[in-house]
Amino acid sequence: MTTTTVSLQDAVLEAAAHLYVWALKDIPQDLRDALAAALERETSVTGIRVLETINRNVQIADDQNNLVCQDTGIAVYYCRVGEGFPLHPARIYEALKAGTERATVEHPLRSNTVHTLTRENTGPNVGYRVPIVHWDFVPDWDGLFVKCVPKGSGSENMTFLKMLVPADGVAGIKRFVLESIVGAGGKPCPPGIVGIGLGGSADYAMHLAKEAIARPIGTRNPDPLVAQLEDELYDLLNETGIGPMGLGGDVTVLQCHIEHADTHMTLNPVAVNYQCWAARRASAHIAADGTTDYDREA
Amino acid sequence: MAQHEVTFPITDAAEILKLRAGDEVVVQGHIIGIRDRTQIRIFDEGQEPPMNLSGAFLLHTAPGVRKLGPGRYEKVCIGTTTSARMVRFTEGLGAQYGVRAICGKGGFPDEAIEPMQRLGMVYFAIVGGAAALETTQIEEIEEVAWEELMPECLWRFRVKDFGPLTVGIDAHGNSLYRDVQERAKKKLEELYARL
Repeated sequence: MTTTTVSLQDAVLEAAAHLYVWALKDIPQDLRDALAAALERETSVTGIRVLETINRNVQIADDQNNLVCQDTGIAVYYCRVGEGFPLHPARIYEALKAGTERATVEHPLRSNTVHTLTRENTGPNVGYRVPIVHWDFVPDWDGLFVKCVPKGSGSENMTFLKMLVPADGVAGIKRFVLESIVGAGGKPCPPGIVGIGLGGSADYAMHLAKEAIARPIGTRNPDPLVAQLEDELYDLLNETGIGPMGLGGDVTVLQCHIEHADTHMTLNPVAVNYQCWAARRASAHIAADGTTDYDREA
Repeated sequence: MAQHEVTFPITDAAEILKLRAGDEVVVQGHIIGIRDRTQIRIFDEGQEPPMNLSGAFLLHTAPGVRKLGPGRYEKVCIGTTTSARMVRFTEGLGAQYGVRAICGKGGFPDEAIEPMQRLGMVYFAIVGGAAALETTQIEEIEEVAWEELMPECLWRFRVKDFGPLTVGIDAHGNSLYRDVQERAKKKLEELYARL
């Protein structure tokens, strides 16, 4: 029994180490398709120059087995844990942390994690409460799903929250998203994914915005009313003319994803979290016996 | 929109004056990597940089590297960070040290336009995130100073065909970022009216 637990913890560690590096090197096909399509529809000289360089860069990362972007981000993992998965989340967290550290040291990857006040680098991309792990628990299942989303700081710094009032309505939500993305300009490495969290509480809206950027590109919110807002905002944002890297052009965002929750009758929170064009993510399904299937597209 | 090839460090200020916002530029020669902590040390802590910055091209970067030995590093992945955080150092870099070009991603706010015009400096926009490509254009890490700030040290790189870069702010008072923001703000008024 002890042996099984240890080996399962090793399997999760192994998966975390692999996912972190894999996400940084090999971006998903849906993103590659979106970047190619962006180049097709861009008409500005600078925008075409930027998008050609981006597409060339993705190819060079493949050819040279290098990272797409030097910013190895802050390590974020999303876990869905089955109720029957035979490793406690406390141990899953240990394994994710050890895997992040191992990937950083062995590759080696640039270490970004610092103490938030002293700014001293902690070394291997882990630290107090880092990596950041989000949890969901699933009944009647004995597996574990892990998605690694290394989040770059250029886009994370372009994060916005506004506690609108109910009377601001949907028009107020659209207005806040528009002013946020125009204000961000070229800083978050556009064209990327605009993640929006609506409802819940202040912190939960931000959590939902982050979940939204981690979705495969172009997936739609299952609620048709929300999906329609995703489409409307996508069109509006691409009318702003911010363009690739903020140098002007037709393509400002690749996609707009919204996650929502019901909220208090007097709340109308809107959170915006930007994901750069190099929208890194990689996932694994780990079975109760430790068998791991990597998933490029989840 | 013209295309240029410029070798750094430059000795002739006219090299900078011929560049116009929107032009495409490829860079040869030597460039210097610098970041937040490096500039905080120079300007806020008053320490003289142990490298000559006259005529220099500065790159906003914190490279991913592998240590080979004392003071010796090889590249792993070198890319560029967001410039806007470091705009307040522009005046000092140009006036005190003779820096002629600053390269980063995402642009400089409008406060950089006047000192860049007065001091004969340009801002080059690189494609943020395109680090795999950028790494192939950096031939060698020739020198590292202030290693204790790793990875935010002062780095000297030899480059070949570094780019393509876009002149984001020129030495004539033009800024693509200001133009794009002005047009976007007008557009927003029109979009708000439709909501």
